[in-house]
Amino acid sequence: MLKDLFTKNTVKKKKYATIPTEAAKSDVPEGIMTKCPSCKTIMYTKELNKNLKVCLHCGYHFAMNAKERIISFLDEDSFIEIDENMVSENPLNFPDYLEKVEKDRQKTKINEAVVTGSGSVNGNKVVLAIMDSTFRMGSMGSVVGEKITRAIEKADEMSVPFIIFTASGGARMQEGVLSLMQMAKTSVALKRFSENGGLIISIMTHPTTGGVSASFASLGDYNFAEPGALIGFAGRRVIEQSIREELPEDFQTAEFLLKHGQLDAIITRPDLVDKITNLLEIHQPGGELEW
Amino acid sequence: MVGELEFERPVVQLRNKIAELKEFTKTADVDLSSEIEKLELRLEKLEKDIYNNIKPWDRVQIARHPNRPTTLDYISNLFDGFFECHGDRTFGDDEAIVGGVAKFRGLPVTVIGHQRGKDTKENIRRNFGMPHPEGYRKALRLMKQADKFNRPIICFIDTKGAYPGKAAEERGQSEAIARNLFEMAGLKVPVICIVIGEGGSGGALALGVGNRMYMLENSTYSVISPEGAAAILWKDSALAKKAAESMKITAPDLKELGIIDDIIPEIKGGAHKDVKGQSEAIDNFLKKSLKELLELSEEELIADRYNRFRTIGEYSFIKDYIKI
Repeated sequence: MLKDLFTKNTVKKKKYATIPTEAAKSDVPEGIMTKCPSCKTIMYTKELNKNLKVCLHCGYHFAMNAKERIISFLDEDSFIEIDENMVSENPLNFPDYLEKVEKDRQKTKINEAVVTGSGSVNGNKVVLAIMDSTFRMGSMGSVVGEKITRAIEKADEMSVPFIIFTASGGARMQEGVLSLMQMAKTSVALKRFSENGGLIISIMTHPTTGGVSASFASLGDYNFAEPGALIGFAGRRVIEQSIREELPEDFQTAEFLLKHGQLDAIITRPDLVDKITNLLEIHQPGGELEW
Repeated sequence: MVGELEFERPVVQLRNKIAELKEFTKTADVDLSSEIEKLELRLEKLEKDIYNNIKPWDRVQIARHPNRPTTLDYISNLFDGFFECHGDRTFGDDEAIVGGVAKFRGLPVTVIGHQRGKDTKENIRRNFGMPHPEGYRKALRLMKQADKFNRPIICFIDTKGAYPGKAAEERGQSEAIARNLFEMAGLKVPVICIVIGEGGSGGALALGVGNRMYMLENSTYSVISPEGAAAILWKDSALAKKAAESMKITAPDLKELGIIDDIIPEIKGGAHKDVKGQSEAIDNFLKKSLKELLELSEEELIADRYNRFRTIGEYSFIKDYIKI
């Protein structure tokens, strides 16, 4: 037959699957260029950083560490850190815990998963706490709870607003029930501050979950979030297992929370300083009606 | 006996054997009294050995025992004229939390607690004692009411945790828990919290910001269930027993960590063996702590609660910190 004259033009099946290396997967030279995980556009890292780590094409918000946050949010050189020398103990004698903390300290170049201090936003004095998810997933142990509590007390003492940027996977397992109690500690401190008339602004960034979302992150007089941030109490997988149904794509995103009445607003990073300044000015004491 | 747990099996076996022998001597014409006496002495020693050395994992089993007394059991034994109030006035009534007003030895109080079911049908209705946001909001509503009428608040904690569900997230599980922590801090009345079974994570803490914290001897209180901890730490929930040991979740552990005020002793082998007796033990602690707390002014009560949580946590300071 005619078709037998032709050799079969099928591709020879590979016997082994090849796994592309991490570098090949990203297709982008390390450092100079960054690929947006959302729209896959490749852009200059420098340009991205200049745009506050927000994708120039689709608006995807890349994670920001504490230092980048301070630089982008506060007036230049206004930040004065407090309790920078506070570090974790190992109250439950959990194996390898302090080694892991030390490793993250060296890797992230911060001392714990939250950085606290005072500064100003367009001249408005504030005390702020900035969580950093690169350090132990931003998990809350005794140090995180204590630093945040001290920052709240500092705001109370200075009679200035308290602003918190949250980013946390939740409680720090290795400190067990002491981690859980940090939720209560920070909350009783916020209550006292609030009773004294203090202004609390919470800005939830990706991710804000578990014990952090179920304490100070949700206790702002204003609760904001960055676009696309994952915010919720229970983990998606746990929920899927417990209710045995697929969850919507946008489940536990900032947009989902806004839709369900849990947020005052979603604020994009380029708008943040202006919008917070606006709020801080509205809350300045002694506003008077101009005739 | 029903519902014996594995760790106490040797005791049960020996006790059964003694009973058998006693039965046997009644019918047969042999005197075994000296043997029985010996065995009874051995039983006594064995009971002491086993019940005085209950391992963390065994306590978890006792805390989860299907017959373990629930909030409503203690309410009916400890209070008079309990009047249950339903609903959060916003969304619905969550039966995983019960609450209402009652009298404790003549004193009007508000009682709130997680409520598990006794059988499958009730457990489905009560969602196995795992609350949704409306449960916490109902609890808060009742606390605010207690605050208004100057009634002390007693909370019974008994939950695996807040319910991990889609609807719970949509209605703000996080906010509901956080709000309770925040508002409980400001209550002007005495708040006494007693962990009676499992104290699971934020779902437990949402009823747990009190002036006094007690735990029944075989109850647990933890940041996450042992299964959950094992899954996160070692990616294997089968290591729950190991997690129960390393996470420090038992009443003696929490006493040592300075988180609870005292351990309420349990009936030998667990509260489920004698609800009335267990209620009496709780009664003593309630009486004592209420007496102390009723002496305090509103400001002192708030300050007392603040200080108790303010001081929890371990940390230190170093010289060679990293400059940001």
